[in-house]
Amino acid sequence: MKIIVLVKYVPDIEAGYQFNSARRLDRGGDGLLNQLDEYPLEQARRLAEQFGAEVVALTLGPDEAEEAVRRALQMGADSGVHVCDAAVEGSDALATALILAAAIRRLGGADLILCGAGSADATTSLIPVQLAARLQIPALTGAASLTVQDGAVEIRRDLDAWSLQLAAPLPALVSVNDKTGEPAYPSAKAVMLARKKPVESLDLADIGVDPAAVGAGGAKVEVASITPAPARAGGQILDSESDDVVAAFVALLQANALI
Amino acid sequence: MSDILTLLDDPAREAERLAFAGAIGRPVGVRLAGGPELAARPGTVAAALATLAVERDAAAVLLPQGLFGAEVAALLALRLGAAAITDVVAIDPDLTATKPIMAGTAFSRARVTGGLAIFTVQPGLEAPPLAEPAEVVELAPPAAAAGEDRVAVLGLTPRAASGGRPDLLSAEIIVSAGRGTGGDLGPVEQLADALGAAVGASRAAVDAGWVDPSLQVGQTGKTVSPRLYVAAGISGAIQHQAGMRGAGLIVAVNEDPEAPIFEIADLGIVGDLGEVLPAAAAAVRAL
Repeated sequence: MKIIVLVKYVPDIEAGYQFNSARRLDRGGDGLLNQLDEYPLEQARRLAEQFGAEVVALTLGPDEAEEAVRRALQMGADSGVHVCDAAVEGSDALATALILAAAIRRLGGADLILCGAGSADATTSLIPVQLAARLQIPALTGAASLTVQDGAVEIRRDLDAWSLQLAAPLPALVSVNDKTGEPAYPSAKAVMLARKKPVESLDLADIGVDPAAVGAGGAKVEVASITPAPARAGGQILDSESDDVVAAFVALLQANALI
Repeated sequence: MSDILTLLDDPAREAERLAFAGAIGRPVGVRLAGGPELAARPGTVAAALATLAVERDAAAVLLPQGLFGAEVAALLALRLGAAAITDVVAIDPDLTATKPIMAGTAFSRARVTGGLAIFTVQPGLEAPPLAEPAEVVELAPPAAAAGEDRVAVLGLTPRAASGGRPDLLSAEIIVSAGRGTGGDLGPVEQLADALGAAVGASRAAVDAGWVDPSLQVGQTGKTVSPRLYVAAGISGAIQHQAGMRGAGLIVAVNEDPEAPIFEIADLGIVGDLGEVLPAAAAAVRAL
């Protein structure tokens, strides 16, 4: 069995980030593997243990994005593929799915494509189903648990009022959420072994994508402005040992007509 | 005025969604026959909406925020060569949409250029009520779209109800439980019930199995904007803040004076929530 895990390099939001003059995120700043991508990597690692599967981590992004692939290798992926091309900058979701589909075809496809619930930066969750549709394979998304058996994948998806048990034959795409199980922290040995694992770098020509079909020129969403959220200054801090905190709480409720 | 199609998949939110559509164009509600298993068939829903959008030359399609809405948006965009903007909190008459990005620390304003504009819209947004009832189109259950005919629904299990408390997404006040509750939700529920509030939770409290996942607030849960948010025993990681920093007022109760939640709290209380919350509940009931 071959598993491709989609991973993304995202800015470290707590460390700060920047938008450039074209109102696009500066993707060269301090970043890391998108935290929610650790869950599909963990599922892939478990499936590899169970079935002896080959796990490939695939990313699309600038030079720095190789860091996300390296982290994925530490977390158990056998090899990495980094699609990197200046023409990609500014691509919208449709173009991103087009590029990923071409890269996956170039890799000879996979029995299972795994991805996370969303990325920390834009959190659109648009890509997985667009990618599955382009590859003409079924998509099972929002998995809170995942099992593979007899050439099929089965998941549980929790809605507010219902739990759905869903299944599809392989090949299939599955997006998993953070309820699937905590990722194992890579051992020192795993970190060392990861350094020797191969990472293949591909550009758009390698995967047969026309640069004119992607990038900012082809994007159908135009960003007019980016503004910081209104600052939330911290207010009064009281200590329940020394202050009448209940009176302060009730006064706040009354002043704001909340009771 | 162009048609603004809005998917009505939740009877409790029909008026709100039609009013929101009415503020940007001519509102047209779309009801689709089918049960909860439609959540696993976004492509099928997208196919039905695509036909209607083309027939009517609609300007925009509004979908509910969340994974299902985002997937319908994604597949509708793919089908029509259009583009989608998710999680919007406002749409101007020229269809420029505002949405939070970067875990709620920034907002972008963006427009779909050319063709149909597709949005997923946060619940609970206010819009002026419609002057006259909107048109509602009822669609028969469509045939499963290619690919989705290979997805089998093996089971459908109802999940626990919220104990008669207000809905998290419409509540004016939310009291949320975090790791600091140690699994004892009594104090949180006492204060919530005294205030007529909804109960929410941090991811830590959900992962510990103390609270149902449908009540999780944050990046991988719900985004809420109540008038008052009480964070009880929640440290306030950025992933949690992403779901609640739009609240009108924030009150935090935590034993750790260094908890990041205090940096955004209008009132911070350093103390034992097991004492503070019941005392606050008693004071509220005595008013």
